[in-house]
Amino acid sequence: MESKELASRNRKLVGRLGIAAVVMFGFGFAMVPLYNVFCDITGLNGKTGRIEAEAALGQAVDMEREVTVEFVVSVNSDLPWEIKPMVRQIKVHPGAVTEVKYAARNITGNTVIGQAVPSLVPGLASKYFNKTECFCFTQQTLAAGEYKEMPLRFVVDPALPKDVSSVALSYTFYRMEGGGETQPGNGLEKITLGQVSMGSDPLEPVL
Amino acid sequence: MSTATTHDDHHHGAPSGIMRWITTTNHKDIGTLYLWFAFINLLIGGAMAMVIRAELFQPGMQVVDPNFFNMMTTMHGLIMIFGAVMPGFVGLANWQIPMMIGAPDMALPRMNNWSFWILPFAAIMLIAPMFTGGAFLDGQGPAFGWTMYAPLSLQYDKLSFFIFAVHMLGFSSIMGAINIIATILNMRAPGMTLMKMPLFVWTWFITAFLLIAVMPVLAGAVTMLLTDKYFGTSFFAAAGGGDPVMFQHVFWFFGHPEVYIMILPAFGVVSQIIPTFARKPLFGYSSMVYATASIAFLSFIVWAHHMFTVGMPVAGELYFMYATVMIAVPTAVKVFNWMATMWRGSMTFETPMLWAIAFVFLFSLGGFTGLMMGIAPADMQYHDTYFIVAHFHYVLVTGAVFSIIAAVYYWLPKWTGHMVNETHGKIHFWWSTISVNVLFFPQHFIGLAGMPRRIPDYSVQFADWNMVSSIGGFAFGLAQVYFLFVLIKTIKGGEKATDQVWEGAEGLEWTIPSPAPYHTFETAPTVK
Repeated sequence: MESKELASRNRKLVGRLGIAAVVMFGFGFAMVPLYNVFCDITGLNGKTGRIEAEAALGQAVDMEREVTVEFVVSVNSDLPWEIKPMVRQIKVHPGAVTEVKYAARNITGNTVIGQAVPSLVPGLASKYFNKTECFCFTQQTLAAGEYKEMPLRFVVDPALPKDVSSVALSYTFYRMEGGGETQPGNGLEKITLGQVSMGSDPLEPVL
Repeated sequence: MSTATTHDDHHHGAPSGIMRWITTTNHKDIGTLYLWFAFINLLIGGAMAMVIRAELFQPGMQVVDPNFFNMMTTMHGLIMIFGAVMPGFVGLANWQIPMMIGAPDMALPRMNNWSFWILPFAAIMLIAPMFTGGAFLDGQGPAFGWTMYAPLSLQYDKLSFFIFAVHMLGFSSIMGAINIIATILNMRAPGMTLMKMPLFVWTWFITAFLLIAVMPVLAGAVTMLLTDKYFGTSFFAAAGGGDPVMFQHVFWFFGHPEVYIMILPAFGVVSQIIPTFARKPLFGYSSMVYATASIAFLSFIVWAHHMFTVGMPVAGELYFMYATVMIAVPTAVKVFNWMATMWRGSMTFETPMLWAIAFVFLFSLGGFTGLMMGIAPADMQYHDTYFIVAHFHYVLVTGAVFSIIAAVYYWLPKWTGHMVNETHGKIHFWWSTISVNVLFFPQHFIGLAGMPRRIPDYSVQFADWNMVSSIGGFAFGLAQVYFLFVLIKTIKGGEKATDQVWEGAEGLEWTIPSPAPYHTFETAPTVK
């Protein structure tokens, strides 16, 4: 084989393989939107949905069925807040809008901004779990020592697969650097209030 | 009829001393550099393993503090994978592929030089943070596990060192892989059709494609870590809308093919050695080639079996379980072919053959525990225990490392012109094989009993087997220092090797003199 010809064949091959490497580098990044689309369709990563309050209240309530919703909170170590759901678990009828509250206290002497990130188990149920209002939609600001009860309004879609009888909603709170805004509550009447079984201080340990 | 390679600047009066090694474009020189680099890293990574085993010798905290222990497990993994096993195989490829296909050198000799010389700098960058921080045992190297899971790794404040080291290692591997593919496709001697290529060449050919496909994905993953850490993105930080589980998906999309990058060339080595000492041609040559290609393909679609416990839906678990267990089929084809090659062969048990047989036996054992963990419901118990540690050390130490040692014993006479003293070789073999089983076999027991990996302290119920394991570890570590002695002794002298070296050896590399001259096959041989 002539060495010139070999040189050009080598060059061509190196070019192609080099392009393949660059494409695969791009593929690594493409996995991010691909993963998100996949999770949106399947609900794999437990990200819950949001719907308008009017749409939620218009849904038919399935009085025949009860679904247990459990509430879990974890607080990132960077965030100096105490947070607890004011009810640990609640039984709801699919289609009924329900409100529960979370109690939070900033235990430092400074104003701190936090953000809650939700996740629902089982993941495949997450696309049937919708919120009309949630403290996780926006960042929350607590002044030094401030205590606050934060509302969450949700509705379980009546189309929730029959084999799901209980779901667990978990929030992780993180500290944020920027400024936050709070969302004003809008007193809708048709809302079932969750049972608040707390003593004088909701942040007392719940057994 | 090729007399020179492309950018051939082989001066027959190469610079001497250190400049010979820095400027060399000779595949044999570069192969030697890679192999020594791998051996030095084996000793460094091994020393770290000794620290780990010393701490785990007894329950309680004795030798190092927990962060240092975490740093040892992390760095041990990274150095053994990227510093020892991968460069070891690339070194073998550099030495052997041109000689086995009748080429005068690699296709791109200058790039070859660059591929190697990036490595020492990458290694220094990786190790350097360990020596920051004030006092002894106060090193601040990465301590988040070799899998670099975000967001834990994002808390490490010297992450940039680590990321750029991984980038450089990736560049080196990708360039090496491109070079190997170009050499194999464009430089074969006349008559050397693809299906006549020795199996070692075939396995490396497929491995090179795996490298090109997945090293860039790892580069992408660490680049996302970089921007998350320093440029305010939130690919993996949940607070900003990122997804930590996604990191695991991206990482293992690289990580699982990476496992095969470290084992396919080992299959190639063993497929060269066993026919030589069984004095029979390899049984089922073409099925070996197809099995290798199938394993490579399957490696891309099984990654989430590393993350059965993240909370996948049952359908996902089932898919990844079935796909994973399917890998056993082509792997079993290979193991049965090796056994059939030995069946009724005129076997002799020189040192390389002993290592190769130990490979077949012990690698299969590691493969079986892999099957156990491929069963998703069972994996919930094994996940992150010493059982997985035992599994991947059986496939990587008695698998990949044993095959590299086998290859060195097999080809060392060709490289140095001296036969290895058989007594020394056998002492090394039995010493290593017994101690490695004392080291890793008990880890199955403590893993099944529930001892978690990557933790410096443990419950007293695990004490006895941990002590046994540590004793095996120290013995195995010492055996590799003995290996250094055997190597140096063989390089310095020994019985003169013939051209063919081993009675049953076949292939182009055994037609040239021993030691192999600096330039070989400047006129291409013809393969019938």
